[in-house]
Amino acid sequence: MSERTVDISTPILSRNDRLAAELRDRFRGSHTFVINVLSSPGSGKTSTILATNERLRDGHGLRCAVIEGDIASDVDAVTMKEAGIPAVQINTGGLCHLEGNMIREAVDALDAGVGLDAIDVIFIENVGNLVCPVDFDLGENLSVMILSVPEGDDKPVKYPGIFQHAGAILLNKIDVAPAFDFDQKAYNGTLDDLNPQAPRFSVSATKGDGMDEWVTWLVDRIEAARS
Amino acid sequence: MHEMGIVDGVLSTVRATVQHEGATRAVGVTLRIGDMTEVVRESLDFAWEVLREEDPQTAACELTVEEVHPHSVCRACGNEFDHDVRHLRCPACGSGDTRLVHGRDLDIVSVEIETPD
Repeated sequence: MSERTVDISTPILSRNDRLAAELRDRFRGSHTFVINVLSSPGSGKTSTILATNERLRDGHGLRCAVIEGDIASDVDAVTMKEAGIPAVQINTGGLCHLEGNMIREAVDALDAGVGLDAIDVIFIENVGNLVCPVDFDLGENLSVMILSVPEGDDKPVKYPGIFQHAGAILLNKIDVAPAFDFDQKAYNGTLDDLNPQAPRFSVSATKGDGMDEWVTWLVDRIEAARS
Repeated sequence: MHEMGIVDGVLSTVRATVQHEGATRAVGVTLRIGDMTEVVRESLDFAWEVLREEDPQTAACELTVEEVHPHSVCRACGNEFDHDVRHLRCPACGSGDTRLVHGRDLDIVSVEIETPD
């Protein structure tokens, strides 16, 4: 017996990366802008998607769909469908993040249903988790991180990866800020060093505060991707 | 625990390498993992110990991890700099317009195999 070393030099997640690249090509072909929505459970992903959809639809004529990622249940997909938004539920069965193969199946389902060409924007509501989703490309145009005021200003210090990965950062539930000891200066100071490029928006998805500013920026990004 | 999926991906590559090279088994694999990925080393090691034993081709394969520290380049002034996971702003000119060159690495570098003489 003899031993030798074989050079590999390949990304560990090359299979997922290939799937993500295929999805990105497909989205480009149908002019569909895809947003990977990240946050911990309960920060307001669903209500933010609903409020954003309303403004994209009514103010800009954009047709949205949602891919819901949860460990179990179809609660969020039902909520979306009740709001008139095409939705596909993915149950990960315990897996803490979404992967490219799951998104491909969900996109196939949307394509067979309403047709991908008839969808301008897809929101992927990732599994509520501040760690694992970061390492998995889903073919998205934009990753949006949502933090809510009750979670505290120190989350970017504790979970730098997801805040660094985000292309935009929303601070949600800003309407209840007076009831919480959320240090805006500390929060902004951390993000100034951690992710100086991502724009930040303070919003209340349910009350509407700050939503217009966020949606105006988002529409600019969508139009830039299409041109 | 996405480390299970990562280990599964590594083992697939290791098995494919053993078969492609006509080897009897793998005895080592080297990974390169950036500090800015969300891989927890203890979870990775645990998943490795559990999953490698499922196949005799990988059961004796030792895992080596090279840590990659963050390194960025400033688009404003061209400065290249090392930094920690929380400070990506250029230390020379203060610009936030920087590009991460290393730190998100998640690669298989090499596989050590045992071949019949």
